[in-house]
Amino acid sequence: MSVPDTVHSLWTVAASSTTQTIPTPHIEYGQLSPMLAVFGAAALGILAEAFLPRRNRYWAQIGIAMAGLVGAFVAVVVLAAQGYAGTKAHLAAMGAVAVDGPSLFLQGTIVLIAVVSVLGFAERHLEPRSSTGAPVDAFAPQAATVPGSDAEKSAARSGFATTEVFPLTMFAVGGMLLFPAASDLLTMFVALEVFSLPLYLLCALARRRRLLSQEAAVKYFLLGAFSSAFFLFGLALIYGYAGTVSIGGIADVVSGTATPTPALANTTANDALLLIGLAMLGVGLLFKVGAVPFHAWTPDVYQGAPTPVTGFMASATKVAAFGATLRLLYAAFPGVTWDWRPVLWGVAILTMVVGAIIAVTQTDVKRLLAYSSIAHAGFILTGVIAMNKAGVSAVLFYLGAYSFVTLGAFAVVTLVRDAGGEATHLSRWAGLGRRSPLVAATFALFLLAFAGIPLTSGFAGKFAVFQAAASSGATPLVIVGVLSSAVAAFFYIRVIVLMFFSDPRPDGPTVAVPSAFTATAIALGVLVTLGLGILPQYFLHLADQASVFVR
Amino acid sequence: MSSFPLLTVAAALPAVGAVLTAALPAATSAKRRDINKTLPLGISVLTLVLAAVVAIRFKPGGARYQMTEHHSWISDFGIGYSLGVDGIAVVLILLTAVLVPVVMLASWHDADPVANDAGTFERNRRTQGFFALILAVEAMVVLSFEATDVFLFYVFFEAMLIPMYFLIGGFGDRTVGEDARQRSYAAVKFLLYNLLGGLIMLAAVIGLYVITAKQGIGTDGHGTFDLSTITQALASGKLHFSPVAEKALFLGFMFAFAVKAPLWPLHTWLPNAMGEATPGVAVLITAVVDKVGTYAMLRFCLQLFPDASKTFGPAILVLSLIGIIYGALLAVGQKDIKRLIAYASISHFGFIIMGIFAMTSQGQAGATLYMVNHGISTAALLLVAGFLMSRRGSRLIADYGGVQKVAPVLAGTFMIGGLATLSLPGLAPFVSEFLVLVGTFTRYPAIGIVATIGIVLAALYVLVLYQRTMTGPVKPEVSGFRDLHARELVVVTPLIALLLFLGVYPKPVSDIVNPAVRDTMSDVHRTDPAPAHPITAAQVAATNSQGGGQ
Repeated sequence: MSVPDTVHSLWTVAASSTTQTIPTPHIEYGQLSPMLAVFGAAALGILAEAFLPRRNRYWAQIGIAMAGLVGAFVAVVVLAAQGYAGTKAHLAAMGAVAVDGPSLFLQGTIVLIAVVSVLGFAERHLEPRSSTGAPVDAFAPQAATVPGSDAEKSAARSGFATTEVFPLTMFAVGGMLLFPAASDLLTMFVALEVFSLPLYLLCALARRRRLLSQEAAVKYFLLGAFSSAFFLFGLALIYGYAGTVSIGGIADVVSGTATPTPALANTTANDALLLIGLAMLGVGLLFKVGAVPFHAWTPDVYQGAPTPVTGFMASATKVAAFGATLRLLYAAFPGVTWDWRPVLWGVAILTMVVGAIIAVTQTDVKRLLAYSSIAHAGFILTGVIAMNKAGVSAVLFYLGAYSFVTLGAFAVVTLVRDAGGEATHLSRWAGLGRRSPLVAATFALFLLAFAGIPLTSGFAGKFAVFQAAASSGATPLVIVGVLSSAVAAFFYIRVIVLMFFSDPRPDGPTVAVPSAFTATAIALGVLVTLGLGILPQYFLHLADQASVFVR
Repeated sequence: MSSFPLLTVAAALPAVGAVLTAALPAATSAKRRDINKTLPLGISVLTLVLAAVVAIRFKPGGARYQMTEHHSWISDFGIGYSLGVDGIAVVLILLTAVLVPVVMLASWHDADPVANDAGTFERNRRTQGFFALILAVEAMVVLSFEATDVFLFYVFFEAMLIPMYFLIGGFGDRTVGEDARQRSYAAVKFLLYNLLGGLIMLAAVIGLYVITAKQGIGTDGHGTFDLSTITQALASGKLHFSPVAEKALFLGFMFAFAVKAPLWPLHTWLPNAMGEATPGVAVLITAVVDKVGTYAMLRFCLQLFPDASKTFGPAILVLSLIGIIYGALLAVGQKDIKRLIAYASISHFGFIIMGIFAMTSQGQAGATLYMVNHGISTAALLLVAGFLMSRRGSRLIADYGGVQKVAPVLAGTFMIGGLATLSLPGLAPFVSEFLVLVGTFTRYPAIGIVATIGIVLAALYVLVLYQRTMTGPVKPEVSGFRDLHARELVVVTPLIALLLFLGVYPKPVSDIVNPAVRDTMSDVHRTDPAPAHPITAAQVAATNSQGGGQ
């Protein structure tokens, strides 16, 4: 074995005659401005947390978060108007971030979700005031105190508030903006971690039932860490296969048009690496999406987390994770469609069926919505599997439509309360329609949208994904989807029956009157649900225009 | 065509009326409540006027679809807001518009609040909600009759389930003191059956779209849902379904319509729903909403999938025949007045569906007439039965007896409704039932003969019902019965007048219907059987003389 003369050892390198310089990375700040605005707001929020007096933090944090989000949304709109969603789509930041139609559409959606979520986080009218008369939000007064301890009581007495949730949320939102836009796998992984870690923390912050909340956070963290590890391992294998982590580079190697790098000549084009790697990346993403069989965390975490956080997680995480899944499957691995498609068929069928059937037996509103979100993940997967342009636009539309229904539904859940906090057990909701017809009617509207009744956004979305799947020949998938929709309709209708046709319980929960924040969030949910249901054309068209990936 | 969107206005009026009614301030007194009920009633009467204008402006023998409107709605999926009416739609819209005010008037007090222990009423919007929901159902039913876009039709076909569901579940029959669980069970069963049907149809709707998109029927690569475009493309051969696809799509559509209509064995939701609903809502279910199912078979199944309709026609005929006999047999055995009428309706829907799939012009004309006549006769019978039941607070046949001695007008109108239900010659349903039987007989003699058993059974269940409730010794609980009062007479009179008028002179309706039936027959490439068969020769002669008499 002759060692090449140029390499003396691993830690020394022969002085080369040509001095190589690392080029300064070229960063298009303008095109990254949506993420920069949000991360800027997050950093500013940390500073505010450190330097502002406690009494000023609440309003300051809301102001900073809202300013960041509005700025990000304006940036997204300006970029889209400049044509980055279409003709000018390209890779920014040295190929790490794709500025294209799907990115901008999803970023816009996530930012709007975040705006509504921040409104929910800011709600302080639902909980009874603390003993000092300070208004109280849905989060633990001091996260570090042991549940039930004296320290916790004294924190509650002094009217502390965990205003850190706002910067944490902004970090999560920033990661979510980057995740579906990431154009190489390493950036994607970093984004995954950036948005996951704050979410683990947020889950643990419930004011009521703190042990349940902390348990949820630990479960989410452990399983999430596993899935991240899977993603990372898959990434490594894919690097071994393709010699690159960039989406475009991987696609070239998969399709066989690229020349392999000499350093990896022995491993490149080894199909075992490709398939195992892709499967592991898939595990990581399907975990975040909540698809069966990686769904086990969903009900526990949705139930334990503070309800506004659940709403945020259920909508924004799904959007970001499906965005990344789309990019991976459509931009990086279209060459192996025939390998991953049968697997995803199975996952989609399982997800729809298991989600819909298990939901039937649920007795807790939040767990019910969790299983419903699993079933919806299955519906969205049918659109992903379509593997055509209609599939991308249908998934984009579905994600937008679904998120606002989810946000609205969880916001309504925060309103129905009794002495122990939110009354989430379904039996407590009996007769709500008699006592508070407006709240019950709003929730019924969201349930009907989940069930996919025409003239709601849920129907338009379902039609779009099933149509895309059918046009790609996945008719059996559509039939399974339609049948599990029927099963799902059963449990949504059951809740409506309970609310409207059952007699109210004498000790039933009360409906708290929310502040303008939650009221706005719910009103936006209703508006989007009906708007996308009755006049979906504009957004369908927008999603259609935004459905081409750049790589 | 004039540019005034008459059809849109005819559907928008009840829709706007529903919103207005729901938005009225809650009533504080019985007088205010009457005002709150007068608005929806007035709107439904105005809708009737508009429906009449549509019927007058409709020119039989003119263009197939008249008063058409086209607007793009969701162009990415080739979905348009396309309205237009043919003769069949015109008469069914008119039927709906006639029945809704009648139902409202008949249900005037059905949704009134119950006095609580203190003798005061809970102040809420429940009463006006009832009337708003009826108007919402009317708007959606009218729109689904008018839609000439498959997707648009589907939207209203599905969406009408929601107000209907609340009408059944939220305003059950108080006369019985039944516990609410039965009622919500019936409402949920209604919804789940129809929703499942609708979702299966959704899969077929998507399939239809994908096929039109693949074969380039719509504009720029999108598919289309426009009925005329699809039927023209089918006729010219531009659009071609593979036999398997056509059969699958046909079954998908037919399943939804057969649940709605309802066709045996998908009928089991109807007795529950009609039994638990108020009489007015039961009329709305069986006379108005279910007609959308039979109408859609004629409009969509036959026009879109002519070959599959021919393939499956005999099988559907057999199912409808089973429905005729089975419904009638079960009606004979019922102890509950409303369930009896529900099973009778299942039997009648069997006749309607049989007329449609017999694929003869008499059969289809008869089926269309049958939809109208069944609507009127069932409404008359059910509403009078409702008046009867409201006097006693029971819906069991055994609780009545001798009513004709105490309340002769009530008994008399009940008799007329009953005789219409059993298709007595001289009353409207006779004409249509005869046409259906003749139309079936010319092509499928055996089925036609067996179906006549349904008529015999109908006589049995109607006359036994009358005998047990109205004749015999006066039961003590019945002795205090008031006869029909003014409001109830206003409800019954137009229905009986229509039954008599259309019984002796069905020409106005059949004139409007016949051209549309001819068009449908030519869509399925079917002509009436030629006298090739030894038996049919005589039969066709008889049929022709009957057809001439129409």
